[in-house]
Amino acid sequence: MHTVVAIKQVPDTTNVRINPETGTLIREGVPAIINPYDLHAVELAVRLKERFGGKVTVITMGPPKAAEALIECVEQGADRCILITDRRFAAADTLATSYVLARAIEALQEEGPIDLYLFGLQAIDGDTAQVGPGVATRLNVPLISYALHIESIDPETRVAVVHRKTERGIEVLQTRLPALLTVLKEIAPVQRAPLANMIRAAHYKPEVWSSTDPVPFDQDQIGIRGSPTVVGRAYTPAPRQAGDIIRLSELGLQGCVKRALQEIQASGAVDLARMIGANRPAGGNGGERL
Amino acid sequence: MTDEAAVKRIWVFIEQEEGRAHQVSWELMGAATRLSQELEGSRVEGVLLGYNVAHIVEEAYRYGARRVYLMDDPVLEKYRNLPYSIGASKLVQKYKPEIFLIGATTLGRDLGSSIATRVHTGLTADCTELAIDPNLKILAATRPTFGGNLMATILCRTHRPQMATVRPRVLPLPEPLPTATGELIRESLDLSEDDIHVKHVGFIPREGGLNIEYADVIVAGGRGLGSPDGIKLLEELAGLLGGVVGVSRPLVDAGWIGYEHQVGQTGKTVRPKLYIAAGISGAVQHRVGMANSDFILAINTDPNAPIFQIASLGIVGDLYEVIPGLIHQVKAMQQGTERS
Repeated sequence: MHTVVAIKQVPDTTNVRINPETGTLIREGVPAIINPYDLHAVELAVRLKERFGGKVTVITMGPPKAAEALIECVEQGADRCILITDRRFAAADTLATSYVLARAIEALQEEGPIDLYLFGLQAIDGDTAQVGPGVATRLNVPLISYALHIESIDPETRVAVVHRKTERGIEVLQTRLPALLTVLKEIAPVQRAPLANMIRAAHYKPEVWSSTDPVPFDQDQIGIRGSPTVVGRAYTPAPRQAGDIIRLSELGLQGCVKRALQEIQASGAVDLARMIGANRPAGGNGGERL
Repeated sequence: MTDEAAVKRIWVFIEQEEGRAHQVSWELMGAATRLSQELEGSRVEGVLLGYNVAHIVEEAYRYGARRVYLMDDPVLEKYRNLPYSIGASKLVQKYKPEIFLIGATTLGRDLGSSIATRVHTGLTADCTELAIDPNLKILAATRPTFGGNLMATILCRTHRPQMATVRPRVLPLPEPLPTATGELIRESLDLSEDDIHVKHVGFIPREGGLNIEYADVIVAGGRGLGSPDGIKLLEELAGLLGGVVGVSRPLVDAGWIGYEHQVGQTGKTVRPKLYIAAGISGAVQHRVGMANSDFILAINTDPNAPIFQIASLGIVGDLYEVIPGLIHQVKAMQQGTERS
């Protein structure tokens, strides 16, 4: 079974800081990590390889530094990693990114059959969740986004049954393979890498593809030229105005509780009176149903 | 007579499941109506795909659609990416809308990118604000990025339609006009079931479970709870307010409660109307998941806890006193309502 996983190296957005004077992002010193969802996609691919044999190929588009992320994938158990890097790819939006990844995958298809494509649901720096569906559309393979669990997968009959999480519950979908899944973290818990992988990764050098070699990408569809969307303006959101702080030790419990409920009601955010009325025990509309 | 080819169509994808329209569709209809007032020669139109869903058309008129394109086909009975994206793309190619808005639900996020890719245009995800740029007369779609640390206004200058998704409840629900009417255009999908290689073979409804992203009220706890018993207290208050329980990551890591309750960078992003943060210090990883809540009530014994910097109201005190106090008062208010 051959699985291709597309990953992204992202800034650890939990560590992003804003320059208080200029209001801009401080990108220096922000650690780069593998997009958390993608880790689970790689893990799933490795689990499938353990079960069915075959191989795991990981591709990424990014700066040269993204090689670090690929080497981590080798530690996880990936067999082959490809770094697609070129200054001409810079400033790509999701349309241009899905073009590059789809075109790269087509080049891999020429080398041999691929059974499954895995993407993380979304990257934590952009949170768009658009690249996986875009690639599936370009490759004309079935898409299952928000994949939560693989109930069954059979590379022989080329059929998989996948659970897809929606707001209302879980859809159980049967798909033909190859298919493209964008995965949630629950799809496969990340396990500790075996030592052999670590040793292999220590010497591993990812393949590097440019915008012309070995795949001649259409230069009009990559980078800023291939991107219909542009950032018109970027700004730091105004910090939320903090409200009053009251002290239990000063106002007492009654005072604090009354003040809290009054302010909630006065804010107009929620109609507390109606909400409480609607959720009387007799109303049977308790929180457990939500 | 209107020159139909010159109409700047502002489209709203009318999301429906089992014949019921998703409220986000009408929220978007409201946004589309506001945009159309800023864009000369424009018209708000709805796009409805499904099977036996024609009854939703009238509803769409009431929420502001002047025209609805309907594809009613058995293949569209349940949402699947391929037939929906092919169907919607076919409509786009035929009618060439200027703007196309879709709800950022699991369905809309799955569908939007596929349409944008098929018709080769730009799509801005999860917008929190939509406007017409007064000089360029194009859509200015603003969205948070970098985990909420930065806002970016995205433009799509040369490709059409200009597509955007917006999360449910970000935009207000407009008042429907009971007498409004419009024009229905029926279109055919022309796909057969054999063309589609994904089949629905089952559905497991959410049970006892939770959709914390869509909750109006979240009563959340953190390390300050001290013990798993504290969660019962949160549950009681949440139950009274018709809300759900959220937690910060340490509680999930400790195994006190399931991951589906986790709010923050590695958990869910929520924007309820009311967020009660009890015993949560408010590290940035948690704040990015909840800072857009309408009203934040923070309860913490530490007056320097960062959560107070974003709280609409902060109470310095022990949550084990304050939460029971709130429960008591809310119950008293309920009894008052019952009497009245």
